[in-house]
Amino acid sequence: MHGCLQCELACSYEHEGVFNPSRSRIRVFTFHQEGRFVPYTCTQCAEAWCQQACPVDAITLNSETGAKDVNDSACVGCKVCTIACPFGTVNYNHSTGKVIKCDLCGGDPKCVSACPTQAIVYVDADQTGYEKMRQWAKETDNNPSASA
Amino acid sequence: MSWTGKILRVNLTEGSVNAEPLNMEWAQQYLGQRGLASKYLVEETDPKCDPLGPDNKMIMATGPLTGTMAATGGRYSVVTKSPLTNCIACSNSGGFIGAEMKHAGWDMIIFEGKSPSPVYLYVEDDHAELVDASEIWGTSVWYTDEWLHNRYQDPLLRISAVGRSAESGCLYAGIINDLHRAAGRSGVGTVMASKNLKAVAVRGTLGVGNIKDPARFMQVVNENKVILAENPVTGQGLPAYGTQVLMNVINEIGALPARNMQEVQFDGAHDISGEAMHEPRKSDGKPNLTTNAACFGCTIACGRISTIDKGHFTVENKAKYWGNSGGLEYEAAWALGADTEVNDLDALTYANFLCNEDGYDPITFGATVAAAMELYEMGVITDEQTGGVAFNFGSAEALAKAAEWVATGEGFGKELALGSKRLCEKYGHPELSMTVKGQEFPAYDPRGIQGIGLNYATSNRGACHVRGYTVASEVLGVPVKTDPLVTEGKPELVKAFQDATAAVDSSGLCLFTTFAWDMTNIAPQLDAACEGEWTPEKLVELGERVWNMERQYNMQAGVTKADDTLPERLKSEEGAARTGPAKGRYSEVEKMLPEYYEKRGWNEDGVPTDETLNRLGL
Ligand code: SF4
Repeated sequence: MHGCLQCELACSYEHEGVFNPSRSRIRVFTFHQEGRFVPYTCTQCAEAWCQQACPVDAITLNSETGAKDVNDSACVGCKVCTIACPFGTVNYNHSTGKVIKCDLCGGDPKCVSACPTQAIVYVDADQTGYEKMRQWAKETDNNPSASA
Repeated sequence: MSWTGKILRVNLTEGSVNAEPLNMEWAQQYLGQRGLASKYLVEETDPKCDPLGPDNKMIMATGPLTGTMAATGGRYSVVTKSPLTNCIACSNSGGFIGAEMKHAGWDMIIFEGKSPSPVYLYVEDDHAELVDASEIWGTSVWYTDEWLHNRYQDPLLRISAVGRSAESGCLYAGIINDLHRAAGRSGVGTVMASKNLKAVAVRGTLGVGNIKDPARFMQVVNENKVILAENPVTGQGLPAYGTQVLMNVINEIGALPARNMQEVQFDGAHDISGEAMHEPRKSDGKPNLTTNAACFGCTIACGRISTIDKGHFTVENKAKYWGNSGGLEYEAAWALGADTEVNDLDALTYANFLCNEDGYDPITFGATVAAAMELYEMGVITDEQTGGVAFNFGSAEALAKAAEWVATGEGFGKELALGSKRLCEKYGHPELSMTVKGQEFPAYDPRGIQGIGLNYATSNRGACHVRGYTVASEVLGVPVKTDPLVTEGKPELVKAFQDATAAVDSSGLCLFTTFAWDMTNIAPQLDAACEGEWTPEKLVELGERVWNMERQYNMQAGVTKADDTLPERLKSEEGAARTGPAKGRYSEVEKMLPEYYEKRGWNEDGVPTDETLNRLGL
């Protein structure tokens, strides 16, 4: 997490064919005073507020990837979803008049492969805690001979 | 095609801002950034012009790979005539503003003339305007940055600015972008301030969408990212320790200049090293280094983000220096530390923060302080000049005070702000200025590393390591190990490094990639992105063309063979190294020079022959 913006470049290139952070669905935020960089994007809520708010049903669940995809031909650019999303991860693209949001690149997120530090990883949502559990398990002292 | 094909021409005298097409024929011969901007400078200005007068121009230029996904593709250069050296100046910076310029649709911005009153340039894609800067004139870079962000309410605005040092005439003021990245050397910031231009604020939302062969480009970019990740220097050393990885290494081989280059090793080297930046401080238990940081698109991420201990004497009751900001790089740590023999890491970090806050070059500043310390210990400079501050080697207090003075141009800072050449001349000891063509040395001693001495002597912007970093070969063994103490083969090595560097500096990529890449890695990325055919051979030739063009400019500006040399201290027996593996050695620059001229295709006076010029299309 060092603020290189490779993820933003990969995202905008994948979706718009252009290297342009302004068109990225993922954004890296720099907290200069604290010396921190945080990439942020759509969390693909199970009950997605953007989807529920859309008056024309342009946002639908992609059953293969679990992503909430925007159907460009249906989107009317009313921007209600951009307000409904509690995290601000849906944004309006004034040049197309549609909204843009993360679609997990159809199951192969390009931000993940572009990230040089594995700050962004793509894991099964049902198993997000697995790696952490494994690490804690390793720390846990359950060797019978060592206990009293 | 990867160039935007557009230049923004800003006439400060008239207050006009106009778009014009990029000369694509020149782009094929000079690529971008350093090469292409120098071509424009050479064509449009008189090399004899007053660097601080309205006839000098200042060009901010991107390269064709700037703003793309190529690893490190975020660089831009500032090209102008230097007030410090009177030679051509080209200072290169990373951060984010270069890519932003490109994303706004501009290959370069040419500034000409002089504004009647302070202004800044605001660019948002196609829209560009000069705006009154009277409210920020007389303020620091950091203040200016915050003021502009507040004014436009846009956190993604990218800003380059000059600080109070530049405004008050410091001859080595730089242009700081993104708070702590710098086009730092040769006084390019002094030129900017002389034009009454306070800042350049850019927002680009158009991006780069004209890659020649996008699929091939993504493939070669990805392959080369892997090479950077797997290389021990670019994949491990630089991210972990930054350029500061070198402090202990260079000290051990006896090539770390100390005490205004009287010595070649420094006892306190470890205290100010990259390793020390990781160690918990005694006072607050936190390390100096918080994290590493990347420039735009960079997968190396060598940048340092540091804090100063809140209880350190330099920042007591000064809350604005308590947060994180740009930390020490090797050259800065050397100049502020080893050369002055100050081994207080937090004091160095403080001086470094001030260099960023008010925009001046820590290398020239530190080396000038070191020269002043030597003059003080000789009794030539006294308490009268320093206002009672004891200016001895090793004094962190003196360093901190000097940094505060130069930041604002007050007191003895006025004299320190002129650089060591003018300072030492003024006090009757020109021999104590450790400079070439008026610019101070960086952190590699030419007594212990022979090739780098020849590079310093012949560098087109005065003493400088990033014109031909033979240290890579002579110390680190990249691409092949050569013995730092021998002179044989060095003229050829220096030429090869200088030419390759000029090409890299024209591409939009960072020179640090060349620890892992050579022209065979860079050419395919350019070839996939850019119009034309880009081979490694073509790039090397382009670099040589750029080098010779710069040389011609300098000769027209008045440089002669006599300027291609080092101070007596470094090339005479009296000044020979007193300790370490190079003990007894001095730079044999004069022995290497004739062969260097010959390899360059220059006559014995260092003038490029007609044959050479014809071969390079000059
Ligand atoms: S290697 Fe360092 S200086 Fe170069 S682009 Fe990367 S972070 Fe910036």
